[in-house]
Amino acid sequence: MTDHVTIIKLTAAETAAKIASGELTAVQVTEAHLARIEAVDEKVHAFLHVDREGALAQARAVDGKRERGEKLGPLAGVPLALKDIFTTEGIPTTVGSKILEGWIPPYDATLTKRLKAADVVILGKTNMDEFAMGSSTENSAYGPTGNPWDLTKIPGGSGGGSSAALASFQAPLAIGTDTGGSIRQPAAVTGTVGVKPTYGAVSRYGMVAFSSSLDQGGPCARTVLDAALLHEVIAGHDPLDSTSIDAPVPPVVEAARNGSVDGMRVGVVKQFRGEGYQAGVIQRFDESVALLKELGAEIVELDCPSFDLALSAYYLIAPSECSSNLARFDGLRYGLRTGDDGTRSAEDVTSLTRAAGFGPEVKRRIMLGTYALSSGYYDAYYGSAQKVRTLITRDFEKAFEQVDVIVSPTTPTTAFAIGERADDPMAMYLADLCTIPTNLAGNAAMSLPCGLAPEDNLPVGLQIIAPALKDDRLYKVGAAVEAAFVERWGHPLLEEAPSL
Amino acid sequence: MPGITREEVAHLARLARLELKPEELEHFAGQLDDIIGAVARVSEVADQDVPPTSHPLPLTNVMRADEVRPSLTPEQALSGAPAQEQQRFKVPQILGED
Amino acid sequence: MTTTTDLVSYEDALASYDPVMGLEVHVELGTKTKMFCGCSTELGQDANTQTCPTCLGMPGALPVVNAIGIESAIKIGLALNCEIAEWCRFARKNYFYPDMPKNFQTSQYDEPIAFDGYLDVQLEDGETFRVQIERAHMEEDTGKSTHVGGATGRIHGASHSLLDYNRAGIPLIEIVTKPIEGAGERAPEVARAYVRELREVIKALGVSEARMEMGQMRCDVNLSLRPHGREKFGTRSETKNVNSLRSVERAARFEIQRHAAVLNGGGTIIQETRHFHEDTGSTTSGRVKEEAEDYRYFPEPDLVPVAPSRAWVEEIRAGLPELPLARRNRLVAEWGITATDMQSILNAGALDLIVATIDAGADAASARKWWMGELARSANESGVALDELAITPAQVARVAELVLKGDLNDKLARQVIEGVLAGEGGPDEVVDKRGLKVVSDDSALGTAVDEAIAGNPGIADKIRGGKVAAAGALVGAVMKATRGQADAARVKELILERLGVSEG
Ligand SMILES: [Mg+2]
Ligand SMILES: [Zn+2]
Repeated sequence: MTDHVTIIKLTAAETAAKIASGELTAVQVTEAHLARIEAVDEKVHAFLHVDREGALAQARAVDGKRERGEKLGPLAGVPLALKDIFTTEGIPTTVGSKILEGWIPPYDATLTKRLKAADVVILGKTNMDEFAMGSSTENSAYGPTGNPWDLTKIPGGSGGGSSAALASFQAPLAIGTDTGGSIRQPAAVTGTVGVKPTYGAVSRYGMVAFSSSLDQGGPCARTVLDAALLHEVIAGHDPLDSTSIDAPVPPVVEAARNGSVDGMRVGVVKQFRGEGYQAGVIQRFDESVALLKELGAEIVELDCPSFDLALSAYYLIAPSECSSNLARFDGLRYGLRTGDDGTRSAEDVTSLTRAAGFGPEVKRRIMLGTYALSSGYYDAYYGSAQKVRTLITRDFEKAFEQVDVIVSPTTPTTAFAIGERADDPMAMYLADLCTIPTNLAGNAAMSLPCGLAPEDNLPVGLQIIAPALKDDRLYKVGAAVEAAFVERWGHPLLEEAPSL
Repeated sequence: MPGITREEVAHLARLARLELKPEELEHFAGQLDDIIGAVARVSEVADQDVPPTSHPLPLTNVMRADEVRPSLTPEQALSGAPAQEQQRFKVPQILGED
Repeated sequence: MTTTTDLVSYEDALASYDPVMGLEVHVELGTKTKMFCGCSTELGQDANTQTCPTCLGMPGALPVVNAIGIESAIKIGLALNCEIAEWCRFARKNYFYPDMPKNFQTSQYDEPIAFDGYLDVQLEDGETFRVQIERAHMEEDTGKSTHVGGATGRIHGASHSLLDYNRAGIPLIEIVTKPIEGAGERAPEVARAYVRELREVIKALGVSEARMEMGQMRCDVNLSLRPHGREKFGTRSETKNVNSLRSVERAARFEIQRHAAVLNGGGTIIQETRHFHEDTGSTTSGRVKEEAEDYRYFPEPDLVPVAPSRAWVEEIRAGLPELPLARRNRLVAEWGITATDMQSILNAGALDLIVATIDAGADAASARKWWMGELARSANESGVALDELAITPAQVARVAELVLKGDLNDKLARQVIEGVLAGEGGPDEVVDKRGLKVVSDDSALGTAVDEAIAGNPGIADKIRGGKVAAAGALVGAVMKATRGQADAARVKELILERLGVSEG
């Protein structure tokens, strides 16, 4: 029998193969991960809710199918950590907020349904910045998550619970959501892989909205192939989401199995470096570009001037949409209700409930969005931000006339210390400098590890950006880079992480 | 860019239904001012003849057929209600038009 | 709480001022499902049985547009002679209210699906007035709140409220007129005629039953006055939820009188929401808000734009039914009646019944005569609407046919109708049961009458001499001669006629 430590170090693809061949049972795999969670999550705090019974029941169902000779899907029996932003029928969904503490949704998100239908075993729900607003997971109402590389450092955000679960081997697969970088930035600072698919590729039905026109769910994993396998399970048209793409999912798994950059044109945008970028990050990025060249890519310098306005546009659009999306949390139909003493009006109870239920970052963004949309300011702020969005899209279009993919550092710095930027919203917002343009334009991007920064020995992420609907290019390039790095290092980067 | 006053913040808080304490109003006034100051440069493009993008994909006409789908049961609908009565959501008195 | 409102007489108000109106009508569409989710719209179901994550505004739920909602909006737009947008969007209208689960209404804002149209409406005297349409846009209805603990279920003084979201998300079309100018003293009549014509159009399109008493159609009346000769509009009041045709007219009239009183007294009208009271026909001021509403509209990011292809629009246009005014004009010509006659038919709610009666085989004149005569009287006496009477157009057509064939005369036909209304069966059954299938044509009866007069000269003389009561004996003779199949009353009439005597 394979021991727990061996099981949890397997990739999702390996795990699925062993379950399919009968070498491991899904129950064994699930138990190994539940044991790991038991052992380390007190320190890491990746999970808000562990669904032990549900996970084992799902695992037993997979084993039953195998015994009956039924065909198993490519990820059947593989455990997954689900960001607590997707609704799960009968399982609490909090979005990291007090305002939804104890809320048990009466319905499954489309993504949840797809995972279940694919026999992926959902271990539980992961910690996140409240309503996905943040870059450090410090904004969770339920306490921060530690970065497995250094528990005093942030695991990125908003999907810090998912990235930390992967990096601490509590799950081989996880789900994140990316509004301004919340999949890629956590992946970068934890040495894992995260993909923000093309907007509309993964259904948002049942994904609690932060900023509807930017939010996108996506796969998180420890390898490019695992991310692709998960991508294929969760992507695809959903008639319940009007913004869902009604087209076949690009051949991401095939691309991940056939990594290559030979003959590809790879763009380097001059706006993605300079002030605010950590020296070690730039160093690893430059090495990655050199590697791409060695692997046969042609490197093209690109100028995307409007990217300089991306962060500003983002911090108007996302708060504006969130101020409206979060209006429904009023203490009347579900979730927290505060101050209902029988004399107060519904209006007052709503104001008290929202004051008590939302944390400071959420309040700040609601206020900011309310301001940006209010009469007299709309044109200058929201309206202009939408124009910037057009300009950024045009810059991308021009760039993709010259190159197949763009690469950049995923984040300007490695993981910072918990508490370091907590009182400085603007400093915090800079963490998403390189990831935001993609959300504004709606195209696809991936982050994968490209080494450790020499000055702090923390992971650095390489971002690959592809045009909309060309998500497969991310995997093709990502798989080639990953293979080359693993060969150079002699092992996957996570092997260098301290054991917990 | 004119600074955001405490009164403006109080007005925004009322619009957003957030009961803020005086010190929070003060705190937010400063922070919003900083953030708005930093992001206001988007208005550089305000006069440019550029169409706004409200949506990243050029989709149109996504509709569904007018066919009834199962609703939640009332028990499910009300399962998260802080208070209920007569199969309805019970809410405090509504200040409204009368 | 009594508030007295100063009013000036309607005539005096019109002598000094020119009213300008704006009418906003909300129509609930008769789709099977809600605008953005698949929940049923069926009326009268138990509370919260027709809700889902989407229409309850649950975290994570998303809207998807109902295709029939869009199609209905286009139909309405075309029927109102509007342009149909090539590309338009939904927006979010942000404000908190417990009956609105998301705390924003998904509505169209600056990009309505239909705009720049008009509707011709006919006044009582048959005159036509053209009302310009600003826009028709799509939005969604709210839930329903019940206020508990206060007096008479009013919001005021209630201890708490109960919410049922079955109605939340039902598709609404809001139709907004341009300012209606130049109607002068007839403004209230124009308002009423407009809402009525709109209702007829909506019904003819089959997109809603538009029953005002059921809240399926609701009207807001915006009104301002300006001194004669002034271009600039005065400040308007907005009277919300006026829910019958009569109330629309009364609300407009009341506001004209109230505004005039305020203006005459040197006061200024404040722009405010007002509520109409059916019982008194008056309006009162709504809650004064400390702060102006700021709805922070922005394009709904969860929905994609609606871009109806021109081919689809033309297909819908080609499938539109004949519209009510055109139909009425056609019928006026076909039936050879006046516009005023048509107004009476319309007022009586008889038009569709008459047309159905004609379709069932009756000639136009008879169909009109029965519905506007005997049946209108009967409905009036029993206080019901014409279409609620226990007789079908087909039955009326049968009666007309029997009259035409000479099997019944008018008087007997009335008895047949009376029998049908009393539930005695169809016309033929009533004829049988009551033995009304009679010899009633004068030529057949005339011979028998002449014979009876000739055979009873003494009695005839008495009658000639003024003893009308003696006619009974001659009637008896005729009945005997016709073996009881004659219409006795008619026989008596004929006898008196022939003998040159009149009754009473
Ligand atoms: Mg409206
Ligand atoms: Zn629904």
